[in-house]
Amino acid sequence: MIAFKQARWNEPVVFELGHHGRKGYIVPKVEDSIKREVGDVQALLPEKICRQSLPKLPELSEVEVVRHFTRLSQMNYSVDLGLYPLGSCTMKYNPKINDVLTSLSSLTQLHPYQDEKTVQGVLEILYTLSRWLAEITGTYEVSLQPAAGAHGEFLGTLMMQAYHKFNGNLYSRTELIVPDSAHGTNPASATMAGFNVVIVPSNKTGCIDIDALKTAVSNRTAGLMLTNPNTLGIFEEEIEEIAKIIHDAGGLLYYDGANLNAILGKVRPGDMGFDIVHINIHKTFGTPHGGGGPGAGPIGVSEELEKFLPVPRIVFDGESYNLDYNRLHSVGKIRGFYGNVAVLLRAYAYILSLGAEGLKEAAEVSVLNANYLVRKINEIGAYELPYDAKKPRKHECIFSTKPLRKEKGIRAIDVSKRLLDYGIHAPTTYFPLIVEEALMIEPTESFEKEELDRFVDAMRKIAKEAKTNPELILKAPQNTAVTRLDEVKASHPRTMTLSWKMYKKKQAKNESG
Amino acid sequence: MVESYTHPYIPNSKPEIKKAMMEEIGIENIDELYKDVPKRFMLKRRLNLPSPMSEYEVKRHVESLLAKNKTSQDMSVFLGCGCWPHYVPAVVENIIQRSELLTSYTPYQAEISQGMLQLLFEYQSMMCELTGMGVANSSLYDWASALGEATRMAIRFTSRREVLVPRIIHPERYATLKTYIKPVGICVRKVNYERATGQLNLEDLEAKVSDKTAAVYIENPSYFGFIETKGEEVAKIAHDHGALLVVGVDPVSLGILKPPGDYGADIVIGEGQSLGNPMNFGGPLLGVFACREDVTMIRQLPGRIIGMTTTQDGSNKGFCMVLQTREQHIRRQKATSNICTNESLCAAASAVYLALLGPSGLKELGEAIMLKSYYAMKRLSEIEGIRAPIFQSSHFQEFTVNFANRRVCDVHEGLLKRNFHGGKNVSKELPELGETALYCVTEVHSKADIDALADALKEILLGSER
Repeated sequence: MIAFKQARWNEPVVFELGHHGRKGYIVPKVEDSIKREVGDVQALLPEKICRQSLPKLPELSEVEVVRHFTRLSQMNYSVDLGLYPLGSCTMKYNPKINDVLTSLSSLTQLHPYQDEKTVQGVLEILYTLSRWLAEITGTYEVSLQPAAGAHGEFLGTLMMQAYHKFNGNLYSRTELIVPDSAHGTNPASATMAGFNVVIVPSNKTGCIDIDALKTAVSNRTAGLMLTNPNTLGIFEEEIEEIAKIIHDAGGLLYYDGANLNAILGKVRPGDMGFDIVHINIHKTFGTPHGGGGPGAGPIGVSEELEKFLPVPRIVFDGESYNLDYNRLHSVGKIRGFYGNVAVLLRAYAYILSLGAEGLKEAAEVSVLNANYLVRKINEIGAYELPYDAKKPRKHECIFSTKPLRKEKGIRAIDVSKRLLDYGIHAPTTYFPLIVEEALMIEPTESFEKEELDRFVDAMRKIAKEAKTNPELILKAPQNTAVTRLDEVKASHPRTMTLSWKMYKKKQAKNESG
Repeated sequence: MVESYTHPYIPNSKPEIKKAMMEEIGIENIDELYKDVPKRFMLKRRLNLPSPMSEYEVKRHVESLLAKNKTSQDMSVFLGCGCWPHYVPAVVENIIQRSELLTSYTPYQAEISQGMLQLLFEYQSMMCELTGMGVANSSLYDWASALGEATRMAIRFTSRREVLVPRIIHPERYATLKTYIKPVGICVRKVNYERATGQLNLEDLEAKVSDKTAAVYIENPSYFGFIETKGEEVAKIAHDHGALLVVGVDPVSLGILKPPGDYGADIVIGEGQSLGNPMNFGGPLLGVFACREDVTMIRQLPGRIIGMTTTQDGSNKGFCMVLQTREQHIRRQKATSNICTNESLCAAASAVYLALLGPSGLKELGEAIMLKSYYAMKRLSEIEGIRAPIFQSSHFQEFTVNFANRRVCDVHEGLLKRNFHGGKNVSKELPELGETALYCVTEVHSKADIDALADALKEILLGSER
């Protein structure tokens, strides 16, 4: 077992560092002749709009800046350090070559409004990527514009709206159906697009309850948002029936692509009857998640929805690639420009590296790894596997720590925090909401059997500690940069401190009070 | 024999490892794990994609495609419009390429993710200093979507259903705004500008603002680069009618321009790409979002917010995500926004960039941009048939260039031929301005670049090219 100790620099906030007058950067020189001709900057600005005092930014030398942020980076766990089994987040390896490619000035120095003649290379990459994603998802056309999965969902729900409006049913199709096991973004996106959310429950097998779905659909149904495999890692076997119910009711079927990794090259959402599909590039296609983003969330749609995609569309006339803004039925714009291009370029390179064979292998091994963990963690006997144990899971599995709570008052969050002490990132905790004390585990294809065994070992040790020394778990983590944080205090109106400015203000108040 | 494609990214793709793991599970064939997928849906063919390439082949291939692009290193480019050419110091790239930051997820487990959390807290704090606001979130997608979110927040906050925006507004921001608020039935109206100065027409604003107005939105610097000086007056009019003032900014200007908080802004949004992020053909960008320190308002904020706290034993400071009950993973359909993945790494880049520049560096940068763009306006105006800028106002970084007797598209082709890329053609956006392009000059343009542009334009306008 690796003895893990995260760096503990106790690094001050950047505002506490530095010294008045130090600088970390020299601004490119303005030629003297320009200064002579233009004169004093202050004279160019009406006093009314001049900044009166300099912003209170820190004053550091370049050396101090590098040291401060390097120290901070050492207090951050990442997928390059080890298993990061966050369920539904698909934390797979991020190939290094892709970082090299996105650093090329032939990408970084490109302005989005350059004449199409001067950007043929990047347009070709984007166009080709969109064709590949259409092939992978079994859809007709793909828009690369959404910046993230939830942004793709928002666009998808707008597409549904545009479709129903086009068919004269905008004001009657007011309801979007979402299963109770869905990601939170589904109902939130539906609401943003102005739909009423109708929740359908899951049945005993962890899949959508068909009878409940039949009751839920009506002539008000705009569509259903579904993740398949779902958030329990279980494939919705009745997908054909589900698609029929929704389509017969005049609705559209939306595929939440968070779990697409499990089925690459095996089964395609479009073939299962989905009309709209979003793809989480930063999950399925191995682009780094950057501590929260940027990602990319392209959507693929069926032929009859293509006309509603946002502008511009990248089109190819056999000779050159162009941006087409002339789309009568388009939903318009959902962001500036064309998408998170640097992220999309990484996905392009990722697909090239793996090819059709590698993508299918990735899916199969991610599923193999998840089922291996199901077997090994179940063997420990301390964690509960909800839903049919004989049913294969796909890319992820859920365990409940409920048995530990009954005995020792240990909760899922405690197990998660203790895992950190073993140098392993915790699974997604308390999700999906339909499982009590849930740990949602997604190993991905990127980790070797030995690393998976190390995780199982840690889970086994924690189960043993629960019996012999539960304090170890309840007081975890101890090996991280800080011990367990007071998150209640962090969000309490009296104590919440959301900026350095607020902190200084609170400090001054405490001193005077 | 187990079927397998052994790949460097997939450690367990080695057949004998796979076999051993399959034995543990009790299966003989991987497809047994897919037995619950209806047979008829299983893909019976290979995906129609290229075969796997070696790293070297991938590199050669992508490099050769990208080499077809012409970048600002191959020609002088004078484009801005919400994505600006600035120099990104090496330190910024070095820090955000550190794989501890680059390859981490959203910091759900705070204790093991303090690095990113503290960095984002520092970013939020710096945004507060620049904008004069009390609170900032840790990023949205970009300026355009931030505008959509800001108006939706104003609508929730005021329970009103109308938004006023300036007529001089980036068309993509306006289009995005409409997409964000159309589904909830909100009406957007445009406020006219003063013909001579471009400034927001206050009489028109007075005529359009009412007790139905949720927000009045202005941009500073404006889409056309002029500096809006009537912020205080606009704020007063908005507030007198119970509406919020939303101000959109290019934060790089805030070393020399008054922070919107000082003239009454309730929400400040903007495009943070200018602070340490390359253009990348328009993405990823960085949506800045800040608001007043007001508890009711903070509860309506979209996006992630990082807060400072202590360890439970009180021995140490620490950072974690806060007020998550606003967010989709807790509040679901009642969330303030659906945003989950954001642009954290771009925010981190901006924090490193601002730490490098410091207060005087940001001021000097703002001054350099002013000087160079003014010089460019001066040089271009000297050319017969060119007016730059159209509006008699102070400008920052971007400015309109009007051609009296040439079409912008012809001038553009002439410039391309001479290895220049002129500004964006805005002639169709506000037809009353005639043949007009929007030019951008920053610290990366030298005097020689600007002089050469002026010479090229002179040649084109005097020559016979049409």
